[in-house]
Amino acid sequence: MIAGLPPKDKNVPRRRHPVIESAPPRLTPVGEALAKQISDVLSDFDVSITAELDEVCCLVRAPDVERICRLLKEGPLTSMKYMRLLTVVDYLEDEAELEVVYHLYSLEHHHKMMLKTRVSDPSPEVPSVAGVWRGAGWYEREMHDLFGVFFQGTPDTRTLILPDDFEGFPGRKNYPINEYDEW
Amino acid sequence: MKQRDTLDTRAAKGVPGRTVDMMINIGPQHPATHGVFRMVLTVDGERVIDAVPHIGYLHRGSEKLCEYEDYAQIITLFDRLDYVANFNNELVLVMAVEKLMGLEVPERAAYIRMLMCELNRITSHLLFIGTFALDTGAITPVLYNFRDRERIQALFESVSGARMMHNYFRVGGVKEDLPDQFNERLESALSEIEDGVDEVDRLLSTNEIFLERTKGVARIDGVSALDWGLSGPCLRASGVPYDVRTEEPYLLYERVDFGVPVGSQGDCWDRYYTRVLEVKESIRIVRQIMCQMAPGEVQTKTRRIVRPPQGEVYAHAENPRGDFGVYIVSKGNDSPYRLKVRPPSYCNLQALPQLVVGHYLADAIVVLGTLDIVLGEVDR
Repeated sequence: MIAGLPPKDKNVPRRRHPVIESAPPRLTPVGEALAKQISDVLSDFDVSITAELDEVCCLVRAPDVERICRLLKEGPLTSMKYMRLLTVVDYLEDEAELEVVYHLYSLEHHHKMMLKTRVSDPSPEVPSVAGVWRGAGWYEREMHDLFGVFFQGTPDTRTLILPDDFEGFPGRKNYPINEYDEW
Repeated sequence: MKQRDTLDTRAAKGVPGRTVDMMINIGPQHPATHGVFRMVLTVDGERVIDAVPHIGYLHRGSEKLCEYEDYAQIITLFDRLDYVANFNNELVLVMAVEKLMGLEVPERAAYIRMLMCELNRITSHLLFIGTFALDTGAITPVLYNFRDRERIQALFESVSGARMMHNYFRVGGVKEDLPDQFNERLESALSEIEDGVDEVDRLLSTNEIFLERTKGVARIDGVSALDWGLSGPCLRASGVPYDVRTEEPYLLYERVDFGVPVGSQGDCWDRYYTRVLEVKESIRIVRQIMCQMAPGEVQTKTRRIVRPPQGEVYAHAENPRGDFGVYIVSKGNDSPYRLKVRPPSYCNLQALPQLVVGHYLADAIVVLGTLDIVLGEVDR
């Protein structure tokens, strides 16, 4: 913190702006076809399908995640063989939930999609998908370090990018930032 | 993996002597790990039987910092992720914000961006070829490649004012137009670099010692490479022609003609040679851009403080190291609500244990070299 300046109140947005626009979904015909396909493939599960810009976005219940991922990867219609990204978004302040987001891609069909699930705080647990895509292993360790989400059945539970004795979950919004003196 | 002899099985077979597994710690401060990376190898004699990578020594919390900065300020943080391919990082961030805002960039700005990114790919690969040769014991190529790399860095300096950490791309375009006589300087640099690349290629690629060190070492097939989430030259060396520039063309890549070099074996030599060929393709792309580029605007009109609408966006591009992506969750403020980077080196590095186990200890350094990691990006 710069000496002499009053501490910032993080609850106050920097600048008030009366209208907040939303980015309109712009699904391509391929994306719309994929959305239909996914609702067929995942008809046994509790799924809600929306769109974010040009990506199909699919919200599922946390306990189903691993089975759904396996279906999406192995089903010939979807064949999401490439997991691009796994991340957690902290909505604890407004909605008391953490959102786990998987970005999937199919090299055969050139389909991309987001898979989302929501967990809440006392026990934020999601089944691990490291058995589906091995590349998920490090993402799950990192997201446990930063957000405290437990990925049940992940092969390695050691800390990855934080020191072993680190306390707290620094990725979360309630973790203080810049609260140190000049040195 | 083959069942290893233990003390008991050796005693049963009447084999004299005993071996004890030894743990060897390499890094975090070791020139061969290309940064602050540590790996703990367990060796049986000269064979690696287990490898545990440790990362996080350069973790600066960049993603969290981004949540407290304006979008224009985030560009400077992105320069410091993959610090040998700065332009490519900046590009992905500004593309993500533009995609969220539905903003088009002027044609000349798109060409300048492409030009800078391809030149940056050349510098990054030149650095890789040089340092990789060092890893295998060849001292000379790195000196030639640094000479050539410096020619492009000087061009970058003339364009953006900095050799690295350029902060040149803006949401909606680029900071300013190219300087006077840029094309002439670029042309003379390119022809010298072309000769330099061929020279190093002749010096290194058919060297028998180099071939022995790299051919057939640490193979990975296409299916498991995809499973690990590898991307870029590491994935293409295994025969998967996945390149974001052709898969989901961005900027004006549809207007240029270029090949995507693909390997067949997925071994260290393929991972090396894919990059050598990519340098040549990039030089071709740069030449085409210079022919196609026309004078014009380099920046669209935007608010001074960029404020994208509420929404979520994922944008990605082909970096020298692979598929670099950014996921932004915006709530319509000056700063992103959440920003997450998909770092290609991070995904590539993850496959290290599978690649080195079963090989000689000396090969572990070579394998790590072919993954071409940049720790600024791995740890963020």
